[in-house]
Amino acid sequence: MTLNQLEKGQIATITGIVADEVSQNRLNSMGVIKGKEIKLRNKAPFGDPKIYSLMGYELTLRNQDAKMVMIKTS
Amino acid sequence: MTDQAQPLRVAFVGNPNSGKTALLNKLVAKKAPVGNYPRVTVSVREEKIELDGQPVILHDLPGLYSLNSRTPEEKVARDYLINEHSDVIVNVIDAGNLERSFFLSTQLIELGRPVVYVLNMIDEIERRGAKIDTSTLSQLLGGPIVKTAGRKGTGLDELKKTIIKSAKENQKTTRSFINFDMHVENAVQRVQDLIGELHPANQDVETNRWMAIKLLEGDDEILRQEGEHDHLIEMVRREGVDLANEHGQSCNTVFADARYGFVNSLLEESLPKNDLGSHRQKITHTLDEVFLNRYFGLPIFIGLLWLMFQATFSLGEVPMDWIDTGVGAFGEAVSASLPEGMVHDLVVDGIIAGVGGTIIFLPNIVILFFFMALFSETGYLARAAFLMDRIMHIFGLHGKALIPMVMGFGCNVPAVMAARTIESDRARMITILVNPFMLCAARLPVFILFSGAFFAESAGTVVFAMYMLSIMGAMLGAVILSKFVFRGENEAFVMELPPYRLPTARSIVAHMWDKGMNFLKKIAGIILVGSIVLWFAQEFPQNSVALDKIDQEITTLQQQPESKSRNEAISALELKRGEEHLSGSFLGQISQTVAPVFAPLDFNWKDTVAILTGLVAKEVVVASYAVIYSQGEDESEESASLRTVLASTMTPLVAMAFMVFALFYAPCLATIATIKSETGSWKWAGFSVVFSTMIAYTLAFSVVTIGGMFV
Repeated sequence: MTLNQLEKGQIATITGIVADEVSQNRLNSMGVIKGKEIKLRNKAPFGDPKIYSLMGYELTLRNQDAKMVMIKTS
Repeated sequence: MTDQAQPLRVAFVGNPNSGKTALLNKLVAKKAPVGNYPRVTVSVREEKIELDGQPVILHDLPGLYSLNSRTPEEKVARDYLINEHSDVIVNVIDAGNLERSFFLSTQLIELGRPVVYVLNMIDEIERRGAKIDTSTLSQLLGGPIVKTAGRKGTGLDELKKTIIKSAKENQKTTRSFINFDMHVENAVQRVQDLIGELHPANQDVETNRWMAIKLLEGDDEILRQEGEHDHLIEMVRREGVDLANEHGQSCNTVFADARYGFVNSLLEESLPKNDLGSHRQKITHTLDEVFLNRYFGLPIFIGLLWLMFQATFSLGEVPMDWIDTGVGAFGEAVSASLPEGMVHDLVVDGIIAGVGGTIIFLPNIVILFFFMALFSETGYLARAAFLMDRIMHIFGLHGKALIPMVMGFGCNVPAVMAARTIESDRARMITILVNPFMLCAARLPVFILFSGAFFAESAGTVVFAMYMLSIMGAMLGAVILSKFVFRGENEAFVMELPPYRLPTARSIVAHMWDKGMNFLKKIAGIILVGSIVLWFAQEFPQNSVALDKIDQEITTLQQQPESKSRNEAISALELKRGEEHLSGSFLGQISQTVAPVFAPLDFNWKDTVAILTGLVAKEVVVASYAVIYSQGEDESEESASLRTVLASTMTPLVAMAFMVFALFYAPCLATIATIKSETGSWKWAGFSVVFSTMIAYTLAFSVVTIGGMFV
C-alpha cells in the first residue's frame, strides 16, 4: 500500500520509499523514514495535495510524491 | 585561539521556520522581515555586532533540512557551511519539533566545528510542562544547549555568552559519534582508507571519515570534487550497491536510518514524555478545519484576498488625500518662492509633480504589506499555497508560486525575489517570468485614470476586471511557458506546514516600516531621477521660432480687453504651444519615431510617450499624460480635467486596448533588474521584456480588432 491511499484520520507505519535518490533524500530529511508512524490529517479541496502528521509536525505532499512512500496499516 | 582584532565568524543554521531570523533580529536589535512561512531567508545575511567587546560577524543562512539536499537556496547554506570557515555554528532548533530538527544536527556535528544548540520557542513546550534534560542532551550532542524564546527575547544573554565561550574554548565536537552497523562501518573504513591514500598530506583521519560518509550518502558536491579519482568513485559506487543489497534499502536511506536512530536514543534519554506539539496542534487542527475546509477553504481564501484589496484601497484613500493636499500646498509654496524660469519649472513641473504624484501611494503600500505580513506570520499563507496547489498545477505553476503572485499585487520587485522559495528551477523561472503580469500598485493609478475617463459609470467594475485579467494573463503566460519554453516534469510539493502563530505587533510594524522605507527609497532614487530626465526630455530642444510666434500671439491677445472669447483663444493658444513644444522635444521626437509600431493599435504618439516613460516606473504613465496634456498643476489620477481631456483623445475601445497594453507590457526597470539578478542572466531579463510586450501587443490588438467588429 502506498501513502496516497491512506484515508483521512488513518494511521500507518512507513515501510520504505521507492524513488530516485533526490526524492529519497528530500523525504528522509523531512522525517519520512522507515518505521515512523504517519497520519493523514487533511486533504486540499480537490483531494490533492494532502497534509500528513509525522514526528509531531505537519507535512504536505502531492499524491504523486506520496505514491513513492510504502506503508502498512495495522 | 581567536585574535581580539579578528572578528569571530558565527553561522546561524536551522530548519526553515525554526525562528532563526527572529532570534537573530533580537540579537542584533534589527528588523529583517520574518514570516511563519518556511524559507524566509533566501541568501546569507551578514550582521556585524560586538559581544562582550569581541567583534562578531553573524551569518544567517537560509533554512535547510539536510546537508544532502540539492535545492538552490539550501545549497547556499550548505556551500557556506562546508567551504567557509565558521568559528562557531549556532544550530537553531524548533523545540516543538525536536525529532526532525536533530536530523540536521547529526550532520552539523560531523563538520567538526564548535556547535551551540539553541532550543528555540522553548516557551511553547515548557508552558505545557515538558521538561528537557539539557545536561544529558548536551553530553550526547557534545555541545552546549541554550534555551531561548526568540519572539520574547528570553535566553539571549546566555546565548551571547555561550557563543563567545565556545569560540574561546574552540571545543570541537567529536565528529565520528554515530555508530553505524558493522557493514556500514566496514564500508566507511575502506572508503576512508582510500581517501587517506589519495590525500596523504592535507587531511586528518576525521575529515577522511566525513568525506567517506558524504560520498556514500551520495553528496554530489563531494562526488564532483573527487571526480578525478575514478578509482575512488568506482569504489563508492560498488560499496553503495553492496550496502543497499545487504540492508534491502538504498544506501542513502541506510545512513538516514542510522541518523534517526541516533536522534531517537537522544530523545529517549533526555525527554521523558515524547508527546510534544499535541496542544499546539490541537489549536492548529481546529483552525484548519475551517480554513482548509473542503468546501469553504477556497471561498475563504478568495474572500480574504478581496478584503485585502478593499482595505488597501478604501482605507488608503484618507491618508492619500492628506498627502495629495500636502504635496499641492508644498508645490504652490515652492512655486511662489522660486523666480520664474527653468529652475522653477524643473522643480515644480518635474520634481514635485513626479515625486508628489508617486508618493501619494505610500498609504496603499503600507496597508497592503500589513495584510501580507499578517497572512505570512500567522501561517495562513503556507495554507493558501496548499489550497491553491491543485489549481496552480493546471497552469504549470507550483502551489508555492501563490505567495509571489499575491505579493505581485503590491510590487513585482519583492515578489520576483520571493520566488526563490520555490525549489525547482523550472517552476521558479515560470513564476518569475509571469510575475510582472500581476497588477502591481504602481499600475493601479493608470487604470483608475482610464476607467474614470472612459467608463465613468462602471469604473469600479472595470478596475476589478483589470485585476481578473491580470490573473488570467499570468495563468496564460504560465501555460505558454510550461508548454513551450520550460518543458519538464512535475516537481514535488514537499512543504512543512507551520502551526498557526499569533503574530507580534512589533514584527508586523517592522515589516510595514521596511516596505514603506523601500518605497520611499525608490521614490528618492528612480522616481526622482526619472522625473528629472522626463522633464528635460520633454523640455528640450525648444523650437524657439514656432514657440515665439505663438507667444507673440498670446501677448497680442492679452493686450486686448478682457472677454470670454479672448480668454478662450488664449487657452487654445497655450494648449497649442504646449503641443508644439512637446512634439519638437527629444521625447516627442523619439516617440514619433516609435509611434508607427503602435499605429495598428490606434495609439497616437502621445500614448507612445506614456508607454515609453512608463518603463522607468509604471507610476510615470499618469504623470506623462498630465505633462503632455498640459495639466502640470494637478496631475493626480483624481483630476477631472485630465479625465475630460483624455476622453476626447481616443475612443473607449482604444482606451480599453491601451489599458490591456499597459497591464501586460514590459516590466519596469526595477523589476527588469530584479529578474536579471534572480535568474542570473540578462538573457532572461530580455526575454521577459520581449515575452510580455508580445503578449501585451497581441491582446491589445485583439481588443481593437474584435471590438471593432461590434462597435
